[in-house]
Amino acid sequence: MRGFKKYLIIEFKLFLREPEAFFFTLIFPILILVVFGSIYGNKPTIFFGGRGTIDISVPAFMAIIIGMSGLMNIPMAVATEREKGILKRLRATPIHPATILLGWILVYFLVTSIGAILLVVAAKIIYNLHFDGNFFHILFAFSLSTFSFLSLGFVIASVAPTARTANITGNIIFFPMLFLSGATFPTQIMPETVRRISNLFPLTYVVKLLQGFWFGTSWGEQLTAIMVLLVLLILGVLISALTFQWE
Amino acid sequence: MAIIRVEHLRKSYNHAIAVDDVSFEVEKGEIFGMVGPNGAGKTTIIECIESLRHPDSGNITVLGVNPQSNRYHLCEKIGIQLQEANLYSRIKVWEAIDLYASLYRRSLNTAYLEELMGLKEKHNSYVGKLSRGQKQRLFIVLALINDPEIVFLDELTTGLDPQSRRAMWKLVQDIQNQGKTVFLVTHFMEEAEQLCNRVGIIDRGHIIALDTPENLIKNLDIDRRIIFTVKESIIMEKLKKISSARCVEQKDEKIIVYGRSEELVGEVVNMLIREKIYFRHLHIEQPTLDDVFLHLTGREIRD
Repeated sequence: MRGFKKYLIIEFKLFLREPEAFFFTLIFPILILVVFGSIYGNKPTIFFGGRGTIDISVPAFMAIIIGMSGLMNIPMAVATEREKGILKRLRATPIHPATILLGWILVYFLVTSIGAILLVVAAKIIYNLHFDGNFFHILFAFSLSTFSFLSLGFVIASVAPTARTANITGNIIFFPMLFLSGATFPTQIMPETVRRISNLFPLTYVVKLLQGFWFGTSWGEQLTAIMVLLVLLILGVLISALTFQWE
Repeated sequence: MAIIRVEHLRKSYNHAIAVDDVSFEVEKGEIFGMVGPNGAGKTTIIECIESLRHPDSGNITVLGVNPQSNRYHLCEKIGIQLQEANLYSRIKVWEAIDLYASLYRRSLNTAYLEELMGLKEKHNSYVGKLSRGQKQRLFIVLALINDPEIVFLDELTTGLDPQSRRAMWKLVQDIQNQGKTVFLVTHFMEEAEQLCNRVGIIDRGHIIALDTPENLIKNLDIDRRIIFTVKESIIMEKLKKISSARCVEQKDEKIIVYGRSEELVGEVVNMLIREKIYFRHLHIEQPTLDDVFLHLTGREIRD
């Protein structure tokens, strides 16, 4: 695909040049980590079945990064590019739509990964983070969750007529999820009814899956979460493929 | 030899007809202008030819191929400058040129183009910080980067000051001098008159005239007017004797001489000099494409 490498580099540079996206995706999770860490520390606690608060929280915070990338960054970026006529101008060249789409997906996957890595490194250094799982399992969980949420983001970008609507829609969907999925406040502190509502949110399954594999649970135990995210990924891809507009 | 051929092009949006049975050809090497008021259908037509929009019916052939079915092949050979500003604002000038150059099989030397368009000192500037004129020049770079055979320009000088506008006109002529064909869309009649070998005037989705600007104006049969002021009043009879003067009017000190032929100016001035008549504020009013449009539609084209 001609121009793919250059397109990738440009999209990456553009992300780095957007202060808000940069801050919220890469810096903000570390700030939350430090806030929680200073309140709770990482000593083993009965509340979390013998694990430290930070140990439980890091996979959950990864879900925040994933959610943010998919529901806030992608809809905004894509819808803005469409609104400004950038996509249209690209379409006036021999570039393949696949180049553009793959470029976005790769850049945001990369950015999400960098955010997660920074978070883990910070947690290890400051709070002596523990990891009880299999690295490849976590890699799978992270990748599936990220791609799933990226595809959700593309659905929003495809369906929203303007960048503003895309932004608002992303926010409306993301914020309840942020607080009710266990990504910030652990589900352990929620009343039963709230916990049942949280099962409607895709992000809840990301948290479950990441935490599950972080502590070494088996594939069988995580089957529901995996299925949910896989279905979302496929649906997201189909819907955006059918509805995406270049102008 | 026709390099673009449009036959019975039709396009509607939501039951409103934007382009209604438009047919025309563009010759290789010419500067062809599609002129008309905003909303006349010009952008729809040019974008159908560029393969960015899908016509409802009709045939379009560009460089021998159908734009819809041979998109990628055609995009390699044409250059496009779109009407709206359409680049990321946080991309640098060199990054934009570099990116677009990489999308084509063949591209010109980017440094050369940057220099040619006077953007060398803006090499590292963000596109969002460029002035309108600089942005337009960047868009021209992007339209020329693949050394295209046809260059499409949509409202190239809108929003530019008169000086920049003229600089753009010179650029367009340079493009033609390189052997390229230029298809431009504009609502400035003066621009069409200055630049185009032939124009097609569009109004409300129809082509209402298609010819060289000179022919269109000549066929109008409207007088030129030579206007000047004098202190003496005796010259009226002498003016009326000028062969190409059809009619002469006087309002106080202002004299208006009406006539068709191009020799009228010379004859009037010669006469004034010969008779040693002191005149001031001499200027010529000639019919323009604006007059052509007014004549054809009964409306003024809004500038």
